[in-house]
Amino acid sequence: MDTVSNAVHYVFLATAVCFVLGLHLMNHPRTARRGNALSAGGMAVAIAATVWLVIHEGTITTTGWLVLASGGLIGAALGLYAAREVRMTAMPQLVSVFNAVGGGAAALIAVNDLLQADDAAALGARVSLPGALDIVIGAVTFSGSLIAAGKLQGVVSGAPVVFPGARLLNVLLPASFVAGTVWLVLAPDSRTALYGLTAVALLFGVTMVLPIGGADMPVVIALLNAFTGSAVAMAGFVLNETALIVAGMLVSSSGGILTKLMANAMNRSVVNIVVGGFGTGDGVPTATGPGGAPAQVRQVSADDVAIQLAYARKVVFVPGYGLAAAQAQHELGDLAKLLTDHGVDVSYAVHPVAGRMPGHMNVLLAEANVPYTQLKEMDEVNPEFPQADVALVIGANDVTNPAARRPGNAISGMPILDVDKAKSVVVIKRSMGHGYAGIDNELYTGPRTGMFFTDAKRGLAELKAAVGEFVG
Amino acid sequence: MNDLDLLTAITVFVLSVLVGVEVISKVPATLHTPLMSGSNSVHGIVVIGAMLIAAGSHTWLGYLLAFVAMVFGGMNVVGGYAVTDRMLEMFRARPPETPKNPKAEV
Repeated sequence: MDTVSNAVHYVFLATAVCFVLGLHLMNHPRTARRGNALSAGGMAVAIAATVWLVIHEGTITTTGWLVLASGGLIGAALGLYAAREVRMTAMPQLVSVFNAVGGGAAALIAVNDLLQADDAAALGARVSLPGALDIVIGAVTFSGSLIAAGKLQGVVSGAPVVFPGARLLNVLLPASFVAGTVWLVLAPDSRTALYGLTAVALLFGVTMVLPIGGADMPVVIALLNAFTGSAVAMAGFVLNETALIVAGMLVSSSGGILTKLMANAMNRSVVNIVVGGFGTGDGVPTATGPGGAPAQVRQVSADDVAIQLAYARKVVFVPGYGLAAAQAQHELGDLAKLLTDHGVDVSYAVHPVAGRMPGHMNVLLAEANVPYTQLKEMDEVNPEFPQADVALVIGANDVTNPAARRPGNAISGMPILDVDKAKSVVVIKRSMGHGYAGIDNELYTGPRTGMFFTDAKRGLAELKAAVGEFVG
Repeated sequence: MNDLDLLTAITVFVLSVLVGVEVISKVPATLHTPLMSGSNSVHGIVVIGAMLIAAGSHTWLGYLLAFVAMVFGGMNVVGGYAVTDRMLEMFRARPPETPKNPKAEV
């Protein structure tokens, strides 16, 4: 290595330090933004150093510069536009798309490397093994993340998509990875092996994610995020760049931990989620649809609920995905402020998997200016429900279903919020429709539960107006 | 690349895994979404690999692959950091209360 190359690699080391410290600062809401800025700064310096390295080595052609600059600028513009414009509710999809392109780029690096090598046959396992792994992981992540994003966006059906032979295919495809990888390692110049492996991996990404239900998407996204990290680390081995190895494995291991935390919160194993979604394996899925509404549901109006809220001492809000889908976080924030000013003790019970991503609900409520000190996690808030005069459930379903405490149904054993223990429960929901688990929610038919059938945004606005009349 | 380089690379690989586990396992659930988004931007380092393959390309296929890799990588880096910052900005917009978060260790 010459002096410039050495200097550039010291810069990469500094970048790695920035990444680690940046992630560390994300431990607390107060320092998190600084952590992200530090990480971004490290990235910017590494990119600048790479430009220097490329100039110094002097092998790049004019076309190469054009490709580098135009591709980078187009990608940056697209990314910036998407990041600025995305609604907070659509955040999980966007993160999934960014994850897809990262995995795609990592796979392309290995494809390119194997194509460009002057004498590919002489590459040896040192390059071809990580190259093959990079292609497999990167391509699976690319197509898998796009399907996951499609499911969250509603472009692809959120229900588990099962077709005849799907299970068999999901065994055969990974088996062909092993075969293809061995082939590519033995014959790195084989174009058939290269293209075949890429195609099979892209296909597997699709068939792996399609049968997984929308409720499990948070776990899947976290898992695919970890995959991308590994793909990038493999690209680092191919290119012999430790910067890629460090950053890739940081993401991979942290993504792995997040995946596990998420799966624990749903009381399911990662394997169980990947192998089959809710309702795909056992039993008869409960019929969905508007017909046959249970008789013992008690309906309430905005005024009924407003009286309860206005005279309550302690109110716990339980926001779920319905709140996010209706973009009603601001209405909820306003209602909470009105009640707080009136002297009511208000808190929010946030289930770890509320929303579509770990912590998604916290982001949405933060957007609505809810102090994060009012947000309570499940273990903290569950003992408080018996003291709550009113628990107001807004668009949350499976995470409040007391059926989870009993064995023998789709959500058995899932940790839930003990909403049914509150003195009175009000549920804002558009219909008696099912959640992802596809089963009836026993909370809705409980003796202390009133159902307020409306859209979350409109319902909360009506409540705010009605409460305003009582306390104003 | 000789054996020592490979050994170094593998050492770096293993240690990075351990650091990643250590750094992340203390993050409160509140921050899981920004964290996932933030670590998502970290793997945008792949853009450096894309730049290196652009520099080594001499065929049209090579240019094409490098171009797509640059677009993907650029999107990953810039979009990732921008969207994470947007999320975290909202967390910071609170009045500076004493942070009460006894669940931080969970």
